[in-house]
Amino acid sequence: MTTTPDRTDLVTVTIDGVQVDVEPGTLVIRAAEQAGIQVPRFCDHPLLKPVGACRQCLVDVPDAGNGRGFPKPQASCTLPVSPGMVVETQASSPVADKAQQGVMELLLVNHPLDCPVCDKGGECPLQNQAMSNGRTESRFAANEGTKRTFPKPINLSPQILLDRERCIVCQRCTRFASEIAGDPFISLVERGARQQIGIAEDAPFYSYFSGNTIQICPVGALTSEAYRFRSRPFDLVSTPSVAEHDACGAAIRVDHRRGRVLRRLAGDDAAVNEEWITDKDRFAFAWPAQDDRLGYPMVRDTEADGTRGELRPASWPEAFAVAARGLAAAKAAGGVGLLPGGRLTAEDAYAWSKLARTGLGTNDVDFRARPLSAEEESFLSAVVVGSGVEGWKPGAVTYADLESARTVVLAGLEPEDEAGTIFLRLRKASLASGLRVLAVAPFATRGLAKMGGTLVPTAPGDEPAALTGLLGHADHGVDADTIVLVGERLALVPGALSAAVELAAKSGARLAWVPRRAGDRGAVETGALPGLLPGGRPVADAAARVDAAAHWGVESLPETPGRDADAIVAAAAAGDLAGLLVGGVDPADTADPAAFLAALQAASFVVSLEVRATAVTAAADVVLPVAPPVEKAGSYVTWDGRVRPFEAVLHTPAALPDCRVLAGIGEELAALGVGRALGFRTVDEVRGELAQLGPWDGEAPAFVPVAAGAGAATGDGLALAGWRTLLDDGSLQAGDKHLAATARPAVVRLSPATAAEAGLADGASATVTGDRGSLTLPVEVVDSMVDGTAWVPTNSYGTAVLSRLASPGSRVSVKGADQ
Amino acid sequence: MTDTLTPVLTEPWGADRSWTREVYEAHGGYAALDKALAMAPDDVIAAVKDSGLRGRGGAGFPTGMKWSFIPQENPNPKYLVVNADESEPGTCKDIPLMMANPHVLVEGVIISSYAIRAKKAFIYIRGEVVHVIRRVQNAVREAYEAGHLGTDIHGSGFDLDIVVHAGAGAYICGEETALLEGLEGRRGQPRLRPPFPAVAGLYASPTVINNVESIASVPSIIGHGADWFASMGTEKSKGMGIFSLSGHVKRPGQYEAPLGITLRELVDLAGGMREGHELKFWTPGGSSTPLLTAEHVDLPLDFESMAGAGTMLGTRALQLFDETVCVVRAVLRWTEFYKHESCGKCTPCREGTWWLVQTLARLEKGQGSEEDLDLLLDQCDNILGRSFCALGDGATSPISSSIKHFRDEYLAHLTHGGCPFDPAASTVWAGSADQQEVTA
Repeated sequence: MTTTPDRTDLVTVTIDGVQVDVEPGTLVIRAAEQAGIQVPRFCDHPLLKPVGACRQCLVDVPDAGNGRGFPKPQASCTLPVSPGMVVETQASSPVADKAQQGVMELLLVNHPLDCPVCDKGGECPLQNQAMSNGRTESRFAANEGTKRTFPKPINLSPQILLDRERCIVCQRCTRFASEIAGDPFISLVERGARQQIGIAEDAPFYSYFSGNTIQICPVGALTSEAYRFRSRPFDLVSTPSVAEHDACGAAIRVDHRRGRVLRRLAGDDAAVNEEWITDKDRFAFAWPAQDDRLGYPMVRDTEADGTRGELRPASWPEAFAVAARGLAAAKAAGGVGLLPGGRLTAEDAYAWSKLARTGLGTNDVDFRARPLSAEEESFLSAVVVGSGVEGWKPGAVTYADLESARTVVLAGLEPEDEAGTIFLRLRKASLASGLRVLAVAPFATRGLAKMGGTLVPTAPGDEPAALTGLLGHADHGVDADTIVLVGERLALVPGALSAAVELAAKSGARLAWVPRRAGDRGAVETGALPGLLPGGRPVADAAARVDAAAHWGVESLPETPGRDADAIVAAAAAGDLAGLLVGGVDPADTADPAAFLAALQAASFVVSLEVRATAVTAAADVVLPVAPPVEKAGSYVTWDGRVRPFEAVLHTPAALPDCRVLAGIGEELAALGVGRALGFRTVDEVRGELAQLGPWDGEAPAFVPVAAGAGAATGDGLALAGWRTLLDDGSLQAGDKHLAATARPAVVRLSPATAAEAGLADGASATVTGDRGSLTLPVEVVDSMVDGTAWVPTNSYGTAVLSRLASPGSRVSVKGADQ
Repeated sequence: MTDTLTPVLTEPWGADRSWTREVYEAHGGYAALDKALAMAPDDVIAAVKDSGLRGRGGAGFPTGMKWSFIPQENPNPKYLVVNADESEPGTCKDIPLMMANPHVLVEGVIISSYAIRAKKAFIYIRGEVVHVIRRVQNAVREAYEAGHLGTDIHGSGFDLDIVVHAGAGAYICGEETALLEGLEGRRGQPRLRPPFPAVAGLYASPTVINNVESIASVPSIIGHGADWFASMGTEKSKGMGIFSLSGHVKRPGQYEAPLGITLRELVDLAGGMREGHELKFWTPGGSSTPLLTAEHVDLPLDFESMAGAGTMLGTRALQLFDETVCVVRAVLRWTEFYKHESCGKCTPCREGTWWLVQTLARLEKGQGSEEDLDLLLDQCDNILGRSFCALGDGATSPISSSIKHFRDEYLAHLTHGGCPFDPAASTVWAGSADQQEVTA
């Protein structure tokens, strides 16, 4: 409540005799909330524009502030306060109470009495408010009234179902779709009592944010295939958590029953995701419960003849001991490389970082399970680490800053696909305050159009020039009131991050890095990089090493910066590294999947920490199952440097977080005389240690810029562009076929000229060929697409580009599939 | 009694091909336009204000005042929109006016647009009346050909284009903000106010929305002067208006007379009630205005007197029913109309009309009990003043007014076990040898 006494611009109103000071323009229904009075409502939603459709929130206004009252009850959700206004709600006005009772009775005229079988029953605003503000007996039913009915239910999309007879047409869903998501695929159709929500015949509700409509539906009209008929709300245990699918840190609520997650809802966090989440955050929760879930440790026996045997179940102590013995031997035989992956919690990433240094005596640790560059590591060490809300560097960029900025530049980042929460903020700001969004991208995406953004047409490889060109650009120059958001894909283009840093330095714009995975930023902060120790301590800085060593109680830390992930793979393949400790890494995500698999084969000893079986499992000598996020506590660090802790939702005794598993290995290693035990076993202990360690207060390493490459216009064929769409073949989306069915179909996007040159028309089938193989996809001719470029989704169903099409930065050719 | 009539808008109706420009101009048409263009726009507004012209679409808001609400400093274009979506049961003045004398509307649009400084005007015509749409389209074409429309009209430097828009068939689009939604190509449902159309109407620009008859009255005000107009009618309801008599009168039709005329005078002009029958109940201005009975025939038909009698002047759609008509039956039919036409946006109208029809239908069949009358009144109380727009309010008028005046007739249905009336007796063929069964 804003009742700061020194505010003079507040408006004083009296509601049910209670005086309350509110911001000018506050709606009466909100002012009543501030006075502690709840007016029943359905269509009203604080994040949607007022509509006044349901009429449930009628109140009496005996004085509008001008001495005159309204002759009729007023909808408090559409009426702004005015100074001196007197409002009487149902609590003090018989007129308002009768009006509300009357509307409630009318709402129930055509609403079915199927609460006992309705998914919403038990958490239904209509049910609840019918109890609090309605009559117990139905006069309509007593009068033998006939309800209007509809055939049940209709699919608005493969995931979202609509039971029309339950709908009270409050328009929350349609308003969300058009106002918030920008996907107005659902709309009112028909009229009168037959008015209903509908879709056009050929345009289902394909929105990345469609699930939010279910959550804000005040009745049980909208349901998901995922949750429909699965549970009763009062049987569920709800736990607040944080979404694990991107670097946005959206607050979620996880509902489970008897050890099984049944649904996820958006949490309410005004500073991050407001009340919205993507469909991936909402529906992609079945992945840890698939058949390939690893349930117990396994070790690989050696056959009597010395050949490689099969994996067999093992106890945790045995597995720890076998892993430690193998790693100790590998350390002696050349060293161990650690590849933790980008999905870890900060606590787990810290354990990886620490085990590398204190246990295995190496800096060969890199969380980046994707194409990377040395330029990127320098950028992460010099610019990213310690930046943001809870960082120690100045110039933090927050979600709120995105809303108040004048310009946001996107480079190597497609927010709708890669950071949905950011997308919604940018769209909100573009509508509310005219935020200007500039996208350095190969074509104007639908997401960009929804943000009213402008394309800076850029072929892959030309990003450095495009970013540099924004300095003093006549039409879209950037200034200090600008935020530059760079995605992790920019690491693929030599000089692109350097150009972004230069752009920010010269224009005064603020810069933020938006990785794709939830654990990426936490891994940076906790030093899961070859040149970085936790808290931003540079490996190359002796003082930083001494500082970390002192905290960790070891004499010294390895001095030479380690190998990055690509170098670890190469060294393992070459036999220079004997052991690999691999976390949540999908070989197909790495720069060279075949090389990764070869490295696994070549390494003499491989330990895998995974939730579900992967190609790494098949090659591992010790398999240590780790807990998925839902079964452990931890923290994600968001793109804006916000630490988002969460506790375990499900308590599965056998599921250990990475930090516990690594502690087990570390202890066995120490018992073998190798390194020092990690000194913690629980997430809480890690949190304590991280707090104690704190950030590096010495000099931060300087960013080492890299000259831009030759750009896109080199070589034969077409430049290859692409990113992961929000919904694709990602392993964290396994288990919900309905969600998968709402994904955007994979296509190859070409400019009109490029398509014409290849003799391809829109909708034709084309074969894209690169140095690693060919993909056949339908062509989508996109007017805004830069020439000489083919865009292919990086990991849609069957389009795993890195393993099946082309190496990073290489060129492709396109021709008709039947040619 | 014929001198009671004041044919102004209806004056050329009797002429051969009255809808053509030649005939209209032969009757003095488009003379007022020159006079208006010679005036300052604000003076035109002042003249309309002085005339006391009040909106002829039913609400009776002073037209000149509405025009003066247009913020001229607003940089957006100004628009004039003519509400020609005449759809209310009983209301039938604008459609015959546009059919017989479309040019008086066109001339009114030009003068009114000049006054509010609009360069584009829209005439939103009910979509079902295709013949009327064609008439108005032709009149607009003729006006362009004669230089009454387009650029530099009559050398005045004033430009105006008129768009004739056909509605898609929804009563709700007669509600002015729903009309604007429809005109913008959206779903016809009323908008939240504020902002009011005068500030942010069509395309979020300042917009005046007037009824056909209001706009058509403007040329005569400019032509004959505000005093001439104000000399007609009553103190607060000035000028003439078209009274549409329908139902059980001998000569139904349009009677243009000063406001304040009584129903008794009008019925006399129409030759009296059907032979051998007496007036039982009537609506002053369409089905949304609470109905009156024979005891109200001497009330002046002006805004104040009708309000004093608990009803509204509305659109002066006088539907007259004689004693053969079952009031329950008539009210049920009206209510079915409202149920059919409810746009669905707000709960009271959408659900309320659904329920009202069912309650009334039971009563008409003699089912239910006397408590159901109180239930009906309570339902009306929960709709009236609770709905988003006036359509919901209008739906309750026939019910509450009929229970007020004819409660016994409702009860007779219960004691009789059904409708005590012979529906055939109210038909035009009643009493003829060729008896037909009446089912609807």
